[in-house]
Amino acid sequence: MESMSSLSTDMELKTEPFVLNMGPQHPSTHGVFRMRVLLDGEVVVDLEPIFGYLHRGIEKLAETRTYTQVIPLTDRLLYLSSMACNHAYVRSVEKLAGIHVPERGEYIRVIMDELMRISSHLMAVGFFLNDLGCSVYTPLLYMYREREKILDMFEMVCGQRLTYNYMRVGGVSGDVPEEFMPVLKRFVAEMPHFIAEYEQLLAENEILLARTKGVGVLPRELAINASASGPVLRASGVKWDIRKADPYSVYDRFDFEVPIGQVGDNYDRYRVRIMEMHQSLRILEQAMRQFPAGEACAKLPQLLRPAVGEAYGRVETPQGEMGFYVVSDNSIAPYRMHIRPPALLNLTALKDMVVGWKVADVIATFGSIDIAMGEVDR
Amino acid sequence: MDWWPLGNFWAHFAVFALAIIVFVLLMVMVFIWFERRAFGPFQMRWGPNRASPWGALQPVADAIKVLLKEDIVPAVADKWVHFIAPVVGFLPVLLIFAVVPFHDGHGLIPDMSIGILYVVAISALSVVGVFMAGWSSGNKYSLLGGMRVIAQMVSYEVPLVLSIISVVLVAGSLSMNEIVAAQEIPFFVLMPLGFLIFLIAAMAEINRGPFDLLEADSEIVAGFHIEYSGMKFAMFYLAEYGHALAMSAVAATLFFGGWRGPGDEYIGFLWFLLKVFFIFFLLIWARVTFPRLRVDHLMGFGWKFLFPLALMNVFVVAAEMIVWGEIDGGMPWWIVFINLPAALVLIYLWSRLFRFGGGRVGVNA
Amino acid sequence: MASMLEGSGLGLLKGMAMTFRHLFRRRITTQYPEQKLTLSKRFRGYTLVWDKERCTGCATCAKSCPQGNIEIVTSKGTENDYVVEKFQLDSGRCIFCGLCVESCPYDALFLGMEYERSSYRRGDLVLSRDKLLFTPDKQRSAYARPKLEPGLPRQTLLIEGDTGSKKR
Repeated sequence: MESMSSLSTDMELKTEPFVLNMGPQHPSTHGVFRMRVLLDGEVVVDLEPIFGYLHRGIEKLAETRTYTQVIPLTDRLLYLSSMACNHAYVRSVEKLAGIHVPERGEYIRVIMDELMRISSHLMAVGFFLNDLGCSVYTPLLYMYREREKILDMFEMVCGQRLTYNYMRVGGVSGDVPEEFMPVLKRFVAEMPHFIAEYEQLLAENEILLARTKGVGVLPRELAINASASGPVLRASGVKWDIRKADPYSVYDRFDFEVPIGQVGDNYDRYRVRIMEMHQSLRILEQAMRQFPAGEACAKLPQLLRPAVGEAYGRVETPQGEMGFYVVSDNSIAPYRMHIRPPALLNLTALKDMVVGWKVADVIATFGSIDIAMGEVDR
Repeated sequence: MDWWPLGNFWAHFAVFALAIIVFVLLMVMVFIWFERRAFGPFQMRWGPNRASPWGALQPVADAIKVLLKEDIVPAVADKWVHFIAPVVGFLPVLLIFAVVPFHDGHGLIPDMSIGILYVVAISALSVVGVFMAGWSSGNKYSLLGGMRVIAQMVSYEVPLVLSIISVVLVAGSLSMNEIVAAQEIPFFVLMPLGFLIFLIAAMAEINRGPFDLLEADSEIVAGFHIEYSGMKFAMFYLAEYGHALAMSAVAATLFFGGWRGPGDEYIGFLWFLLKVFFIFFLLIWARVTFPRLRVDHLMGFGWKFLFPLALMNVFVVAAEMIVWGEIDGGMPWWIVFINLPAALVLIYLWSRLFRFGGGRVGVNA
Repeated sequence: MASMLEGSGLGLLKGMAMTFRHLFRRRITTQYPEQKLTLSKRFRGYTLVWDKERCTGCATCAKSCPQGNIEIVTSKGTENDYVVEKFQLDSGRCIFCGLCVESCPYDALFLGMEYERSSYRRGDLVLSRDKLLFTPDKQRSAYARPKLEPGLPRQTLLIEGDTGSKKR
């Protein structure tokens, strides 16, 4: 950290801070996020995040839909990691209704989750680089290439490329087709090469290092107190991953590590994501080897009527811990549903991360948190 | 000028002024097309390929679109300044070409005795237009962009001029045509460090690539031209690419031997164009690869890295000129074996000393 | 060695070498109106295909639709069955989740394979039973209908083309 030189020196150059409204219409607010930034020249004095422009009332809508019909809604939360949202929701409903998922179904879910994680982290890093000012999108377009391959696989299993609606209570909507496994195998074999390419393009880039190292630090204590999760928390040096801390699905059968950062700056958040991609590939490799035969989905009645009760199920989405709190009154629709939004909670610490930095760092730090407004506003 | 049928200065002036305007406008279109086509393979895609074969008419289509757009002036704008700014921004770009030798001794005034000085002076003027645009729009983003451009232009002018001085030292003249004539060996071979500094400073000077802070579409949206539309916006676009063309032309003249090349008495102009495109390709390449610098890094890099290096380069070149320059009226070719390692060592050593300052600033909210 | 050179601009050069290498790679984009990719066999596309012969008018599809988007009106037929009088879908509101197809107990409903569905009027997006009716020339997706899968062409996959990986 550089010396904290005070802005008001003896020279006494009279300046006046001014308010700059960033967003909701701004190219790098990742949707319709708005920041009311108080600037002193280029330096951020204060920042107030304002959200709610994309509020669709998903939690309330869920109360009017059957348990199955809620799944398409969850696609529209973290729209760059819909599979993980699906998983979080079906997991809490399964907990609520006490449903056992066949092993093959669990493995398919894990494979989808990890593919989703790679894809989402690619997008997070790509857009982060974009926010840093790769003004013609080169890293992002390289990353789109690999994401495209993952989307091809998703299209193969569920017929869509963004709103998958793939997971069902009790398993997944359809078993993977037979051509899926060879493609996955090839992807897992190829991917390290491409990650190495990104590393060559970015890892030692002096401009990138200067722009990210030490910038937007989220200290460990603040990260914990702000209830941050996912790569944002791990970059601050906290080893907390739901896959390890509260193993769900079949994650306890895989051997993988939880990469953490030291400082909690933008650079660490970017590194943690790159390292997590490697870990996801490890999990995919093991899942392919252990992939069992059998049913992909439990036999269940079309309309679920869980017993009166409540359940909270959580999974580690690429953005962090996403949980669904579902209450049942023994009807076909949830009595109440609440979402624990990882991106929104990660975003709450934004002010503490950027005050004192420049305007450009606001955008970069904001990009490094990796949010999707669909989930922040719900 | 014996073969010139008109012989008359004013006829020469009129013809070349017109030719330069047409040349700049056409080349800007070609540049826009070339850049967008070059981005394609860099990013594994095709680039524009719909309007005519290879998308060659894409800039024409864009021009028509932009000309037909509504011209919007914000209610809070300073109307006159807002109106004049694009013109002030674009005019210096055209003026630079007055002294550029397109062919041996051919140009508007290629033999102007203070040619390169004129280029430096004129090209710095366009910052006024940009700042006028930033200030007059009555928009905070554009004001930020305008403030940034002043700081950037002023600080990068210095290393730019210093690297030009090294060229002038070797060539022994300020006239663009004579600098070209002096290049038996292109100067980028003799002075790799000088060329590198010139290229980086020129990139910052024309606000492209990693130095596009004044536009910075991810931070301040579009900076100074956020409130411009239609024809006025097109003027800024024209100025941006025209400036890129001008800087490529100057770099080609100063470091790549301008129109010189095999058979230059006939196809000198083609050599010149080829070199311009090569320089422009370098600019595109840098733009496609790098993220943007931050404003304080930009200043730090300019003053703490480029400026001392440029000074050292001037000293090294001057010393070499004293020792070897007298012998046969120019730098010997083997000087490259001294200068290239010297450049690498200087860059390496200075990069050890150089640290980006300015991190977090304490503020009282 | 690497740490000694760190910060001296070598990282920038490495990045430039990386982008330069991409110049000689195959372009991966598809020139859309001329070239078209073959879609997944399970593609959830435009629009529903409705098999009149198999439909019993049970309206399970309408009940399972999260959007409440399927309108179905039946009347009592002559032989202890129901005649579907109206089967209408507003494809502008459809989210293509495929829940209707999954829930159909008689395999009478399929998803289509088309994706070009722009039209000039909003009303054109409302599809009545004649437009949804199954005809042999309509391609049906194998989503939730695994029996159709063998008859459909193989999906184009980006990974099967050359994208620049050394491992081929």
